[in-house]
Amino acid sequence: MELVLALGIGVLTAAGVWLLLRPRTFQVIIGLSLLGYAVNLFIFAMGRLRAGAPPVLKGEGPVNPAAYADPVPQALVLTAIVISFALTALFLVVLLTSRGITGSDHIDGREPGE
Amino acid sequence: MTDWQDHLIVVPVVLPLIAAATMLLLKEQRYGLKALISLLSLIALVGVAYTLLHQAAVGGPAGDDTARIYNLGAWSAPFGITLVADRLSTLMLALTATLAAGGLMFSYARWDRAGPRFHALYLLLVMGVNGAVLTGDLFNLFVFFEVMLAASYGLLLHGSGEKRVRAGLGYVAINLTASLFFLIGVSLIYGVTGALNMADIASKVASIPDPDRALFHIGCAILGVAFLVKAAAWPLGFWLPGAYAAASAPVAAVFAILSKVGVYVILRLATLLFSADAGVSEGFGNTWLLAAGVATVVFGAAGMVSARRLEGAAGYAVMVSSGTVLAIAGTTVPQAVGGALFYMSASTLAAGTLFLIAEILARGEDAAASPDDAVFDDEYDDPFAADDVHEVGRVLPASTAFLGGAFILAALVTVSLPPLAGFAGKLSIFVALLSGDGAMSPASWTLIGVLTLSSFAALIALTRFGVAGFWREDAVAPKVRSPEFLAIGGLVLCCLWLSAGAAAGLTYAEKTGEWLTSPKAYISAVLGDAE
Repeated sequence: MELVLALGIGVLTAAGVWLLLRPRTFQVIIGLSLLGYAVNLFIFAMGRLRAGAPPVLKGEGPVNPAAYADPVPQALVLTAIVISFALTALFLVVLLTSRGITGSDHIDGREPGE
Repeated sequence: MTDWQDHLIVVPVVLPLIAAATMLLLKEQRYGLKALISLLSLIALVGVAYTLLHQAAVGGPAGDDTARIYNLGAWSAPFGITLVADRLSTLMLALTATLAAGGLMFSYARWDRAGPRFHALYLLLVMGVNGAVLTGDLFNLFVFFEVMLAASYGLLLHGSGEKRVRAGLGYVAINLTASLFFLIGVSLIYGVTGALNMADIASKVASIPDPDRALFHIGCAILGVAFLVKAAAWPLGFWLPGAYAAASAPVAAVFAILSKVGVYVILRLATLLFSADAGVSEGFGNTWLLAAGVATVVFGAAGMVSARRLEGAAGYAVMVSSGTVLAIAGTTVPQAVGGALFYMSASTLAAGTLFLIAEILARGEDAAASPDDAVFDDEYDDPFAADDVHEVGRVLPASTAFLGGAFILAALVTVSLPPLAGFAGKLSIFVALLSGDGAMSPASWTLIGVLTLSSFAALIALTRFGVAGFWREDAVAPKVRSPEFLAIGGLVLCCLWLSAGAAAGLTYAEKTGEWLTSPKAYISAVLGDAE
């Protein structure tokens, strides 16, 4: 499981960084989204990987914390997802505005060589 | 202390949030009401910030320095989120409120009507900054940073136009990437220490097992990169001058505080996590901070000389002032940190003033939004189409003399020439560097040399802009309306006030430096005295 998650994060990050450095705004926003996914998985992994351990306490009375997954990183991931989703939407608006005003989808707002 | 005074700490976050939320319910055309709400909120914020500043200066019951704690929802640290008002955060609060009030007042002349929802975004920005400097929790810091940045994206685009959209695209992309670094750093630190509360992490640093220590350092370094991007340290700060110069003047003025928030977090975390109690980790990253700070000052100074417009030069001045504090943070001489904080307060106010003056001088050249550019339907008509109808406030006489005087004073602070506050700050830095433990070390001498040369470069650059802006034979006296007069005059008066009260201000700042270098009191105040 560790290997699969590590590979997943690695591939997402590599693809994200490559796209982030591309000259078209659409590639940049997809790159940022992929990097965001990679980071979210990474935060999740920082709470240690556990199979079959719920993060939310059940029942009453004394509980054994060792039977549960760390809930804090999961709460952090949730917050991070919401924030990055909102900001990606905002970036999309800026991107469309830039495309509308400059007539180019290049990140500099003009085609190279113009 | 009475009950209601304990709740003052949360006011700088809650008040702008409520005011901004209220304004979103109002119709877009009710500018007058919105202007009134945001003005009243900011006046209240200034009052609260200075009350908190005063309380921090007075200190605890025994007269010792302490941090005042506000546990949100009464969940005590390290389980809940804690707001901490100590000397450094209240200083930042006061600086933010002052600068924001100046910027807001300036916008009343015309900029607040150049696009939709200006007031709400402006107050949310202030809320984000206030929250970021108050919070004692690393992840909460991320949330407030995002609030601040989300509002700043909207504000940077305020007024629209091709220049702003282009600058905005780069600004948003850079900051989104930096936020990802922030998250990676926070989660690594959490993975190693199992804590998110800054004081809790600080108390655990010394006992991190050796195999994990490298991971902890990597986490802190990645986190540091995120803040260095926001503080515009070289080589991560190339985005700043372009973005700030593209922003409308009141926005650029309040943006001067944003880079200082990055500086604030670095100063806070470096002194808290890598203090003398941190064992092996003591002083981690100081050399890098020093090097990055010096490089930023050099780059900023070169940028000021090469800038062709005053707002560009003001952007580079913001970088110089960030770089100075970063470099001093790397030296860990408490008195020098104090001097740097004092210098930072004065130079931030001065840089904000320079942005405002630059806009008035450049007026008429700036093609604001035109309706043809509107991509979305609910964008505006051109607000500046009929200037005299739309602009608020009387045109005041003697505008050239007033602007020239304000420019000279702001320039003197930026350049750090006597007799104003910038000079007092820099002098205090030099004295501390020459008399502390590391006196006469190559690092001290480099720093003194670089800071002196940067002043010299700033002098050349600003003299050039002064001559070009005010001494032209064909110069038409610029129109200064009463809100703009109040804003620039107020900010300049604050600089003068800082200069006149330099003795008290420097004492406060130096005590802040000492308070930062001995974080035991901070940690025990946040975690309670259980430990």
